[in-house]
Amino acid sequence: MTAAPDPLIPALAARARVAAHARPASCPCGTATLADRPDGTVVRHGDTVAKAHPPGTGPTELAGRLAVAAHHPGVLLPPLTPAPLDLHGRLVTLWPYGTPVDPDDPDAAPWEAAAGLLARLHRTPAPEGLPPMRGPVKAALAIARLREMAAARPAAAPVLRAWDTLPAWARAEAPMPDTTTLCHGDLHLGQLVRHPAPGGPWRLIDVDDLGVGVPAWDLARPAAWYASGLLPPTEWTRFLAAYREAGGPAVPADGDPWPALDVPARALTVQTAARAVAKALAAGRALDEVEQAVLDACDRMAALPPQLPQDHAK
Amino acid sequence: MQCPKCRAPMHTYNRNGVQIEQCSGCRGIFLDYGELESLTRLEAQWSQPAPPPPPAPQAYPAPPAPAWGAPHGGHGHHGHHRNKSFGHMLFSS
Repeated sequence: MTAAPDPLIPALAARARVAAHARPASCPCGTATLADRPDGTVVRHGDTVAKAHPPGTGPTELAGRLAVAAHHPGVLLPPLTPAPLDLHGRLVTLWPYGTPVDPDDPDAAPWEAAAGLLARLHRTPAPEGLPPMRGPVKAALAIARLREMAAARPAAAPVLRAWDTLPAWARAEAPMPDTTTLCHGDLHLGQLVRHPAPGGPWRLIDVDDLGVGVPAWDLARPAAWYASGLLPPTEWTRFLAAYREAGGPAVPADGDPWPALDVPARALTVQTAARAVAKALAAGRALDEVEQAVLDACDRMAALPPQLPQDHAK
Repeated sequence: MQCPKCRAPMHTYNRNGVQIEQCSGCRGIFLDYGELESLTRLEAQWSQPAPPPPPAPQAYPAPPAPAWGAPHGGHGHHGHHRNKSFGHMLFSS
């Protein structure tokens, strides 16, 4: 894990502090670093959050993605300011604070709300010029990292074999078959907050990977967890049923959803396994049973070609 | 909760301390993790001497899964006490 450059966090905190006090809302005045990862550093001050986007983020692409969040506040948390700032060479955006899903109580995960928000997002017309959703690019990056550090390790073999079963679009080597549907691109339980905190409605956050693409990608993490035997069938059923109920276009309204989900769920299983193997190797430890379940799924899929997606009405 | 098959509301009943959900429409029954085992155990206690365990009846068919999915009932990672590692995975990119 790469730490952010030293002066970034205090600078982010200062921005969040200034923005928090510039508005009439009361401010409990405390600063906390919510995340400090290569893919983004997030600092909270009171009711304001400052996010430094990953190095190399394109200002035009980010501006387009921010505009989507600003225009659809019923689905995505809207930013406080329409344009990013430049701070220590990083693009920085300011957001209202929202209450996240309690990581210590994932059983309280708002599966229905997540599914409903995704269905609404997928039915929202994408603005002209919005870049592609970055899901396949992120999967390809995880595989590239695994190849760099562990190509010769036995644990990497099933992951790389499973990756090879994927069509070119899912490996970010060709355009996606859908270039018009608005997608989140990186859905997991950390991407939902209640706003206004603490009890407001759920909203999606993090527009870094948002764009046009194959909407089944946004259902594919829960699908991959279910297929790997990790997510109980009841929770998967709640998520999928709520998505269908809300008219989500990623899967047919009834019947077997897997022809549509298969390729993205494979890709996210492979991405998860690649990250798990890389992380375990870096830490010099064996895979735990959850990571092993994802690796086992890669092993099985390597022997089975992907299902052909059905052409269904959107 | 709603019936995943016919969408009618499901009602919770208590059978010998086991909570089961029954659909008010199609009368289908939903069992949480471990409840089928609890019912089977209770049944075995009633019919003494214990007969050979009956083949497990299907409550609801599991939702469809891909061919590469985990063998049905194979991985027991989920349940009421969710694994910490999976808890972390739920929140990770």
